[in-house]
Amino acid sequence: MKVLRNFLDKQKPHFEKGGKFEKLHAMFDSAETLFFVPNTVTAPKGAHIRDAIDMKRTMIVVVVSLFPALLFGTWNIGYQHFLSLGQSPDFWAMLGYGALKVIPLLIVSYGVGLGLEILFAQIRGHEVNEGFFVSAMLIPLIVPPDVPLWQLALAVAFAVVFGKEVFGGTGMNIVNPALLARAFLFFAYPADMSGDKVWIAEKLDSFSGATPLGDALVGNFDNTPSFYDMFMGFIPGSIGETSTLMILIGGLLLLVTGIANWRVMFTVFAGGWIMGLLFNLWGANDYMNIPAWQHLIMGGFAFGAVFMATDPVTATQTTKGMYYYGFLIGMIAVLIRVFNPAYPEGMMLAILLMNVFAPLIDHYVIESNIKKRLKRLKVAVRS
Amino acid sequence: MSKEQKEREPLFSTKNIKLLTTPLNLSNPITVQVLGICSALAVTAKLMPAIVMSISVMVVMAASNVVISLLRNGIPPRIRIIVQLVVIATMVILVDQVLKAFVYDVSKQLSVFVGLIITNCIIMGRLEAFAMGNKPWPAFLDGIGNALGYGLILVVIAFLRELFGSGTIFDFRVIPQGFYDFGYVNNGLMILPPMALITVGVIIWIQRYYTRELIEEN
Repeated sequence: MKVLRNFLDKQKPHFEKGGKFEKLHAMFDSAETLFFVPNTVTAPKGAHIRDAIDMKRTMIVVVVSLFPALLFGTWNIGYQHFLSLGQSPDFWAMLGYGALKVIPLLIVSYGVGLGLEILFAQIRGHEVNEGFFVSAMLIPLIVPPDVPLWQLALAVAFAVVFGKEVFGGTGMNIVNPALLARAFLFFAYPADMSGDKVWIAEKLDSFSGATPLGDALVGNFDNTPSFYDMFMGFIPGSIGETSTLMILIGGLLLLVTGIANWRVMFTVFAGGWIMGLLFNLWGANDYMNIPAWQHLIMGGFAFGAVFMATDPVTATQTTKGMYYYGFLIGMIAVLIRVFNPAYPEGMMLAILLMNVFAPLIDHYVIESNIKKRLKRLKVAVRS
Repeated sequence: MSKEQKEREPLFSTKNIKLLTTPLNLSNPITVQVLGICSALAVTAKLMPAIVMSISVMVVMAASNVVISLLRNGIPPRIRIIVQLVVIATMVILVDQVLKAFVYDVSKQLSVFVGLIITNCIIMGRLEAFAMGNKPWPAFLDGIGNALGYGLILVVIAFLRELFGSGTIFDFRVIPQGFYDFGYVNNGLMILPPMALITVGVIIWIQRYYTRELIEEN
């Protein structure tokens, strides 16, 4: 560590004002703060809450909480691939095959995204923010394993520029950049993002590669895997979303560290479950009759609820608003699944829609609070 | 007599030229005044309909500008909007019939959007803002200029959308087959209207970056 510190200190003057590489200041700064706590701390005077947690720490915790899903997803790519070929090699062969698929996706996602972030920070004279560490980790987890790398690169660039930088960078975005990247892929290249061909890497044509949701959409309910398989994640799907268990482990870490808000997470599940129950009551077709809990473990519901809906930037900020926000996400996601024949998975669209509505919800929560307090004040004055 | 002669200005004086050129950049109907966005999103999936649409708008705008300008002293202010609408509607029907007679295919592609030129805010806006208070010749130039500004943006958007969305220009394949063999796929999002809106946004971004006069002070 000391060697690194000395090295950085030695290089520092070059990057400061008047130095050789003044223009690359943002890049140096991001590298330095990645390894060490910044020298500039809160001024000793005044009342401040002093805490070791800053944006970097927050983002790293989220990335760590994504690891269970990532590792399982990597293994599952291999597992599904060899299953479709009718082979069953050992654990490491499956993991290795998956790693060959996942690592290029991660490299492209981080490379393109961080490159653009640094470029924009440089032009604007900002510091490079860490927000993208999480987004770049999320994007490979919500795409099919075989997505072409150039399409992924394009989607990441689109998400960073039009989802984030045009609004002012980290913390200013209206919609979740990772989901925006997925939405871009979904609408721009539907052939590589949906259907039942894409979810298993290099499968045989004879083997059905439909996800449980894909099957449900065409009314093929006999193929629905068992609860155990869906909960553990032994099903085809996007890389990170198949295993509900691994997602919940990550979610637990987020809740324990207090980084994700339990209100949003909990109400998304509640909303989806209640909508499922309502459909059970209605029961007009087979899709409405599937058990309500099954909605929560199928497709990207759990992943969206734990990692996407809880994004503090795009979610509602008020406590009461979070309940509405989460609840509506869950309900709309299940609604889209059951009713819309074009989109097998409603989670992405539900979260993006509610992202847009989040400021409106906050506005009305605050308005109603103001009104309530005004009323109380008037009563107090009168009596 | 000699006084009148002095007042008469040449047909293409600097002022009149300005009427033609400012709508191309500084007061572009789409990117600066943000009018007529709906048709810019609706007809720009392919280059051909976009060009036909631009020409139709140009004819309607120039003709109705001249007619309103001629009538401007006779129109009672309280019913001027109705009079303007009648004039625009007449022109639009004429254009529609001509399109149906000579370029039936394109007319079919444009379908309802030719009829919807009536509601194009740019035309109404120019009639209200310019033709009602100016002589026929400047009004004519103003109509042509604004239609050119509108058409310019339409063609740029349509070019990008057709190139990346369908891989063609004027329905002629320009992206070589080798690209497709290599794994290139047309971008389906470019065909959808949201991407047209984003393209308009990017054009505005670039235009404001290069045009000092348009940068707002905060």
